[in-house]
Amino acid sequence: MFKYFPHTEADIKEMLAVVGKKSLDDLFSHIDPSLLEPKDFNIPSSHSEDELRDKLNRIGNKNKQLTSFLGAGSYDVFCFSACSALTSRQEFLTSYTPYQPEISQGTLQYIFEFQSMISELTGMDVANASMYDGATATAEAIFMATSNKRKNAILVSSTLNPRVLEVVKTYAKYRGVEIVMIESDNYVTSINDFKNKLTDEVAGILVQQPNFYGIIEDYQEISDLIKEKNLHFIMNADPSTLAVLKTPKAWGADIVCGEAQTLGIPLAFGGPYLGYLACSKALMRKIPGRIAGMTKDVDGKRGFVLTLQAREQHIRREKATSNICSNQSLNALQSVIYMSLLGKQGLKEVAMRAYNNAHYLYDSLLKTGLFKAVHNHPFFKEFVVEYTKDAKDLNRHLQENNVLGGLVLEGNHLLLCATEKRTKEEIDQFVKLVGEHNV
Amino acid sequence: MYNKLIFEISKPGRIGYSLPKTEVPSFDLPNELSREEELLMPEVSELDVIRHFTNLSKKNYGVDQGFYPLGSCTMKYNPKINEEVARNANFASIHPLQPPTTVQGALEVYATLSDYLSELTGMSAFTFNGFAGAHGELIGLMIMKEYHMKRNDTKRTKIIVPLSAHGTNPASSALVDFEIIGIKTNEKGLVDLDELKSVMSDEVAGMMLTNPNTLGLFETDILEISKVVHEYGGLMYYDGANLNALLGLVRPQDMGFDIIHLNLHKTFSTPHGGGGPGAGPVGVNADLVDFLPNPQVRKVNGQFELFYNPQSIGSVSGFYGNFLVVLRAFAYLLTLGKENVAQVAKYAVLNANYIKEKLKGHYKLPIDDNFMHEVVFDGLISEKATTLDVAKRLLDYGYHPPTIYFPLLFHQSLMIEPTEVESKETLDAFIEAMIKIAEEAETDVELLKTAPHHTVVRRLDEVTAARNPILKYRDTLND
Amino acid sequence: MSKILKDLLYLASHEWVRVEGNVATIGITDYAQSSLGSIVYLESSEVDETVTQNETFGTVESVKAASDLVSPVSGQVIEVNQDVIDNPEKLNEDSYANWIIKVEISDQEELKNLLDATAYEAETKYNV
Repeated sequence: MFKYFPHTEADIKEMLAVVGKKSLDDLFSHIDPSLLEPKDFNIPSSHSEDELRDKLNRIGNKNKQLTSFLGAGSYDVFCFSACSALTSRQEFLTSYTPYQPEISQGTLQYIFEFQSMISELTGMDVANASMYDGATATAEAIFMATSNKRKNAILVSSTLNPRVLEVVKTYAKYRGVEIVMIESDNYVTSINDFKNKLTDEVAGILVQQPNFYGIIEDYQEISDLIKEKNLHFIMNADPSTLAVLKTPKAWGADIVCGEAQTLGIPLAFGGPYLGYLACSKALMRKIPGRIAGMTKDVDGKRGFVLTLQAREQHIRREKATSNICSNQSLNALQSVIYMSLLGKQGLKEVAMRAYNNAHYLYDSLLKTGLFKAVHNHPFFKEFVVEYTKDAKDLNRHLQENNVLGGLVLEGNHLLLCATEKRTKEEIDQFVKLVGEHNV
Repeated sequence: MYNKLIFEISKPGRIGYSLPKTEVPSFDLPNELSREEELLMPEVSELDVIRHFTNLSKKNYGVDQGFYPLGSCTMKYNPKINEEVARNANFASIHPLQPPTTVQGALEVYATLSDYLSELTGMSAFTFNGFAGAHGELIGLMIMKEYHMKRNDTKRTKIIVPLSAHGTNPASSALVDFEIIGIKTNEKGLVDLDELKSVMSDEVAGMMLTNPNTLGLFETDILEISKVVHEYGGLMYYDGANLNALLGLVRPQDMGFDIIHLNLHKTFSTPHGGGGPGAGPVGVNADLVDFLPNPQVRKVNGQFELFYNPQSIGSVSGFYGNFLVVLRAFAYLLTLGKENVAQVAKYAVLNANYIKEKLKGHYKLPIDDNFMHEVVFDGLISEKATTLDVAKRLLDYGYHPPTIYFPLLFHQSLMIEPTEVESKETLDAFIEAMIKIAEEAETDVELLKTAPHHTVVRRLDEVTAARNPILKYRDTLND
Repeated sequence: MSKILKDLLYLASHEWVRVEGNVATIGITDYAQSSLGSIVYLESSEVDETVTQNETFGTVESVKAASDLVSPVSGQVIEVNQDVIDNPEKLNEDSYANWIIKVEISDQEELKNLLDATAYEAETKYNV
């Protein structure tokens, strides 16, 4: 007997009789016996709850929680109790994809609310119900552009997060799409290189805002030139910054994608996160992934359904724009709850808190004389500085004090981050630890 | 019933949060970089949020509250102990780019589960970078392509996919530029071996197959199928969606598969979450291990580390997949343990065959054979109503309907998968409801055609929703 | 039984064409609109674009299905029925009266590759 198997001896006997088999093994008698030879699996014995807790605590204790000054694609955000209280409700947690809308109005409505909020932040007309993560969402955004323009090449700025670029390159390689890199020039996209490489062979350009180095780039000229040629302008944007920053729409983007982990999703060693994808009205029928739409039922009552499904894999099969079948639904719910709690005012306050924290950290570090500025572009919550001593060793020293330092770049440069979660004490402590570093 | 959007209960000036005090000075964001457009976001109190989403949840249906006979989805119980362990801060608060010495626990979970899954499936190693089944398929096909490219075999442009396969199979194949050869199912519901032999050539990179297939039938010729594909130098890909029928009894590797994906949110009990996040780990044979996506996990001098293999297909994820989902599957497997892992399939298959026997007097069973963990009917024997009508009427009886109109092989497909966690009583009650509905189709068919009657909304106008889509709150404001 | 007009030519993929001199008027058959169900969206090549026999020139979508539109002739698009593009449900009302595009035929020889009404009817019988 086992707690997840309800069948008693009596049940089994009765059911076998109905099915016309003598034993459970008989149910498999039509399978080649060589496949059914008993195996002695080298896996542990069944764990009770306490044994499981014990084991996982021991494993968990081999991880170390650190105060993070590292971003680079994953950001420390506030956690509100309402988020986990609501997402752990069984109706949300244990329900299936809303293919039967009459009993999935909860899921469909929160998806609609998520789409609404992402559209608001980005300025786009249409947002889908989420993608696996920011990197794969970006790859899908590129395919939207190349498919729509029936071209096989796309321009990509070198100021894109390298991890996102790796995924884009992998997807593109196997699909036969050419990635044309635009060089960077002092941590921003090189306008000259862009002009040289802008031809009629490309479907458009992909840029990141703020870019990988935390810089808020001036994309106006790129936007104008792209528009002139009627190509696609794809922007990978951190949605948590869009409450206060100039929107992708205002920059002229028509496809917006990226990582919405910054909207209330925990660090979680990299996953599950929350990719998002949004676009202008013209591309509405080309966007992959699930979409919820508002409609009425036979009694005229408002309700929600999955719509535009004709683009999806279960109908189009090999002609689908993507193979995506699931989304990150529960994480989308978590971010809707997070955004609802913060609301109009809170989203702005949290964004500015990150902005202020990062600028305070930057100024404080430069004041020590141990760091040098490497550019004077505007930045949001991440920045690059040059360390005058050994950056790797600094990180080791910080780690010993339970602090996670920045990403080490070439030439003793560091990509540092201070999100809204960092306090003045933590920032001052970081600066103090730097002062104590001797190597 | 509650019927408001979060935007509709908003009132200017309300907030639902409090942040720690801060003494960090303020800095100015230059005007030319600032947002100009109004931000239309809710302004609500914390209680508003709690009530709003709690009331929304009441319009949903979870597997915690009732039976979910969805074929091909394996809606089994999502153990609560798994939820508890996944919330441990030592797992949830770890940054993915922390130094390896500070994340040995997380890497141990990946490495250990890879070992257990390799044991159970016969494969040599797993990657957990796949976010979902479809994503796993994409990874598997990239590996297949890379394998042939490395052998300098550029003529392998085709892939064989049964026409009965799940839509993700051909969609994934198209994403890596493979040409799809669809092969038919024979009258026994199985892959037509002769047709396979006729289309197989040295231009075929491989074959994608699920076993049991989407009809719930075991491909009894599987060893011959694998042999044929291998003889021509192709690879065999296993779509693990139906592994619940074979877990602990039959290993995919023994059936001849070279690359497999698993659905942790199916066979391994992780919650569906309303549509995700799931996880689609990919397992491979020894000679394909180097092609697994980056980064890979390995143990060097007793320490786990992430490394970037130059032979890999590349990266398919920003980081390392859905770690907290993988953690839940790890907990599940430890709970099942050696003693119970081989029982899952036996009870799942018993349950499906029990339903088959009890319903075949009312629902058409085009192929009456040894089903595995799921059974496919082709609508009502009486044909008095469609499968859609039956499904909608089932909602009135308080059930989530089975999978409908898939596989495409039959016009009125109704696919039922009662996982191993369902008791005889649950099945009997469901059977009773299905039989009642079949009878209603004869005596009062309008009940089916206008169903559902008792749900919070009734049949929805999907045509208008697709013709004139309203996809965000702002779209409703000009009404 | 789906409606088939005797004076038209057809593709097995359920498009019809009326040839008048050098102009081809193209649409989808009654069988197509009936299998698709309520049509929600239609997209096609624009005026001055070229189309090629047996290649796609657009898409038609319903709630549950989507299909490529395949051109029965090669040539240049000279007219597009904007009314049916804006109101695709008209295809369900009468798929023969509501044509989609008109093409100036570049190669009359290619017409030999099309099915006549009888041959098309045979196709729909076996095409389940």
